[in-house]
Amino acid sequence: MRPLAPALRPLPLDRLRGPNNEGVLVVSIVVLSLVVGAVDSSFWSVRTLLNIGSASLENVVFAMAVLIVIISGGIDVSFMAIGIFAGYGVIVLTGSTGFGASSAWVGFVLAAGIGVLLGSLNAAAIAGLRLPTLIVTLGTQGIIRGAMLAYVGSKVIPNYPQGLDRLSTDYLFTASSSAGDTRLNILIIPAVLICLLVSLLLRYTTLGRGIYAIGGDAESARRAGFRVAGTQVFIYLFAGLLAGVAGMMHVTQVRLANPYELVGGELDVIAAVVLGGTSIFGGKGSVSGTVLGVVLIALIKNSLILLGVPGTWQRATVGLLLLIGVSAQALSARVRRRHVDFLAQASA
Amino acid sequence: MVVAEPLLVASAVSKHYGGIAALEEVSLQVRPGEVHCLAGENGSGKSTLIKVISGVETPDSGSITMDGKSFARLTPRQAISLGIEVIFQDFSLFPNLTVAENIAMATYVAGGRRTVRPRTLRRIAAEVVSRIGVQLDLDARVEDLSVADRQLTAICRALARDARVIFMDEPTTALTWREVEALFAVVRSLKDSGVALVFVSHKLEEVLRVSDRITVLRNGVVAVTGDVSRFDRAAIVAAMTGRAFTETSPADSARAGAPPVLEVDQLSLRGYFEDVSFLVHQGEVLGVTGLLGSGRTEIAEALFGIIPADHGTVRVDGKPVRLRSVHDAIRAGIGYVPSDRLTQGVFLDQTISLNVIAGSIDRLVGRGNLLRRGKAQQMVERAAAELRIRMSSASATVRSLSGGNQQRVVLAKWLVRNPHILILNSPTVGVDVGSKHEILEMLRAKGRDGMGIIVISDDVPELVAVCHRVLVVRRGRITDELTGERLTEEAIVKELVA
Ligand SMILES: Nc1ncnc2c1ncn2[C@@H]1O[C@H](COP(=O)(O)OP(=O)(O)OP(=O)(O)O)[C@@H](O)[C@H]1O
Ligand SMILES: [Mg+2]
Repeated sequence: MRPLAPALRPLPLDRLRGPNNEGVLVVSIVVLSLVVGAVDSSFWSVRTLLNIGSASLENVVFAMAVLIVIISGGIDVSFMAIGIFAGYGVIVLTGSTGFGASSAWVGFVLAAGIGVLLGSLNAAAIAGLRLPTLIVTLGTQGIIRGAMLAYVGSKVIPNYPQGLDRLSTDYLFTASSSAGDTRLNILIIPAVLICLLVSLLLRYTTLGRGIYAIGGDAESARRAGFRVAGTQVFIYLFAGLLAGVAGMMHVTQVRLANPYELVGGELDVIAAVVLGGTSIFGGKGSVSGTVLGVVLIALIKNSLILLGVPGTWQRATVGLLLLIGVSAQALSARVRRRHVDFLAQASA
Repeated sequence: MVVAEPLLVASAVSKHYGGIAALEEVSLQVRPGEVHCLAGENGSGKSTLIKVISGVETPDSGSITMDGKSFARLTPRQAISLGIEVIFQDFSLFPNLTVAENIAMATYVAGGRRTVRPRTLRRIAAEVVSRIGVQLDLDARVEDLSVADRQLTAICRALARDARVIFMDEPTTALTWREVEALFAVVRSLKDSGVALVFVSHKLEEVLRVSDRITVLRNGVVAVTGDVSRFDRAAIVAAMTGRAFTETSPADSARAGAPPVLEVDQLSLRGYFEDVSFLVHQGEVLGVTGLLGSGRTEIAEALFGIIPADHGTVRVDGKPVRLRSVHDAIRAGIGYVPSDRLTQGVFLDQTISLNVIAGSIDRLVGRGNLLRRGKAQQMVERAAAELRIRMSSASATVRSLSGGNQQRVVLAKWLVRNPHILILNSPTVGVDVGSKHEILEMLRAKGRDGMGIIVISDDVPELVAVCHRVLVVRRGRITDELTGERLTEEAIVKELVA
C-alpha cells in the first residue's frame, strides 16, 4: 500500500530554490542589478561586467578550494595565507634567481607546487593526527604568513619578471570610457576551466562523491570502504594547489606583489561559498552555486561603491550576508526534517 | 545432507572497550548457503562481533578466516572485497546523498572504479529495489526518508553487490509484515544460490522461521551453538539469559468506569489521516496498529505537536488543549517515545545521565535555576536500574551503548518525567525477549498508577499482552477496535493482512 502522501512534499519555494540555492541567487543578482541600475544608470555598462569579472576571477578559484573542504565537513581559513605565500614567493624567487623569468606559466606551476607543499601541512595534521580542521588551518594560517614575512620577504615588489609582466597586461577585453580603461585579464579563461574541472571532479568521479560521503557521515564512509584519510589528504593538497594558483592570479592581476595582501580577506570567499548553498555542516554544495555566490558578493561590493557607501561598511555587509546564508540553511534544515527540537523539550 | 566446509570462520575473537569485555574468545562458523541466527541479550556482543568481522572494529586478539586465508585484522575495504556485506544496526547511510547513490555507491568503491555515471548508478539501484519488490523513491535524499525507508535502503545497499556473506544486524526493526515477508523471500533465494546469511533479531518467531543454525551470545561469550531444530523458544531464551523465562501474561482488564485522560475528537491532517476519534481512560493501555504509511505514526506525531493536525479537538483530563508544537504537547502532559530513536530520541554523543534527565530539567532545577545534582543523579540511577540499562557508567556516551540499551535510554527519558499520557512508538523494538516483558510489565504498572498509555506497534504478541484495547488504522482512518474476546493475535493479523 502506498502512503496517503509522501512523507515530505517539496514546498513550492524548494523547487524555485534548486538543490543548492541557485534559484535564489539568480533572483538576488537580477533584483540587485535592477535596483542599482535604477539608481545609477552607469551601472548598465560593459565596465561593470568587466569589473565584476576581474574581482571574481581569483576569488572563484579560492572558492573552489574552500568549497571542496566544506563539502568534506571541514573548514579552511589558511587558503589566503597559502595564496599570498605562493604568489609573493614566486615573484621573489624569479626576481632573485631569474629562474623561469621569461615564462609566466613556469611561475604558475611553481605557485601550484608551493601551494601543494603548504597544503601538506594541513593534510598531515588533519588526516594524520585527526585534529579539528578550523584549529589546524587557523594555526597554519599564522605559521605560513609568519614564515613568509620572516624568511621570504616583507617588502612590496613593483617590478615583475618579463613573463609575468607580459601576462599581467594580456587582456581578453578592454572597455574604454571617459573614466579610463577597464579591462579583463586573460586569466579568466583558466579560472573558468578550473571551475569546470572541479565540477567534473565532484560530480563524476568516485573520489568526488567520496568527498560528499565523508561530509555526510565520515564513519559511514569508512564502513562503506572509502579511504577517509586518503581522501582528506587529497582534499587539502588540492585545496593548497588551488590556493597557490589563485594567489598567483592575484599578484599577476594587481601588478604589485604585496605580502600584506589577501590574508584577512577570507570572509568574502567563505561567505560566497556559504551563500552558494554549500552546507556548513558538510555534505552539500555545488560549483554552480558557489560561482553565483562569488558573483553576488562581487556585485554587492561593486554596487556599494557605485552607491557611495563608505568602504568600511563593505566588510560589515559581507559579514551580514554570511550570517543570512547560514541562518537560511539552519532554518530550512529544521523545516525539512520536521525535527523534534529536543532542546526545546529539555527546557519545556 | 553433507555438511559444507565453512565459508567464514571467526576464531577466538576478543574485544575490550576500556575495562569492559564486549567479546571474549568468541568463535563463529558460517557455512555457504545457510541462514545463521546470532542471538543474545542487549549488550551481549552481537554487533561488536559483526563489526570485528567486517573490519569496522579491530579485535584485541583472535583471527578471521575466509577462503582458507587467515587475517588477524581486516579493514572495511578488505572485508568488502572478500565479499562480506553488512546491514548495520544504525544503517550507516549517507543522509545527504540520494537513495540511488546510497545503494549503488558501494559497488563503485569496491569495484575500484574511478568515474561515476549517474545513470548507471541509478540503474544499479533500480535493479536492486525491484528485485526486493519494495517501493523507494530513488531520487529522495536519505535524510528526508522515514525510518522504514532508510532501513530498506540499507538492505538494498547490502544486496547491491554479489556478496558471499551478508550480516543483517536487526534488519527488520522498522519494517512491517509486508516488507519483512519480501525480505525473507530474498533471503531464501540468496540462500539457494549459496550465499551465507547471518541474521540478528530479537523477534524470535521471525528468526526461527528462516534460520538453519543458531549461535547464542551471553555477556560476550558463546553460550551455545547448533542446529535450530534442536531449540525451541524457551531453550533459546534460557541460553540467552541463563535463567528460566516467564512469558508475558495477558493484560488484566481495565478498571471499569475510570475517567478519560485523553479525548481525541475528529482529528484530521490532510493527506495523512481523517476523522480520528478515540478515548484513553486513566490506567488504560491503548494499542494502535496498522501498516507502514497507514497514518498511525502521523496521528501520534500530531498529538505530540510535531506535525500539528488541521482539524479536530483534543482534551486532556477534560480540558481542551492546543497542540501546535512539541512545547504545547509537553505542557499539556503528553510524552512521546519516537520510533526513530537514533535521530529523534537521543543526543548520541552526550552522556547517558544527561539524556535521561533531558526531558525533566525543569523539575530538577532549584533556587537560582541551578541543577540539583543529587536529585538528578538519583533520578538517573533509579531509571537505569528499573530499565536495566547495561552501561559502564552513567557518564558514558549513549553512542557507546548497544542498540537495545540506547532504546532503553529513550524510554527512561520519558518514564522519569511521568507524563499524564505517554505515547510509545514501537517501544520494545530492538529490546531482547528477556527484557521485553519487564518493560511491558513496567508500562502496565505505570498504567495502574493512572498514566494513560498509547502503544503503537506491529508486534502482535506484544499488543495482545499489554493492551486493553487495540485500534486498527488503515489509510488514515480507524477501521476497527478490538477489545475483550476479539483481542487475539489472529484477529490482529487478519486486520493487518486484509
Ligand atoms: N564504542 C564503544 N565504546 C564503549 N563500549 C562499547 C562500544 N561499543 C559497544 N560497547 C559495549 O560493548 C558491549 C556489547 O555491545 P554490542 O553493541 O555488541 O551489543 P549487542 O549484542 O549488539 O546488543 P543489542 O541487542 O542491544 O544491539 C556493550 O556492553 C556495549 O556497551
Ligand atoms: Mg547490536
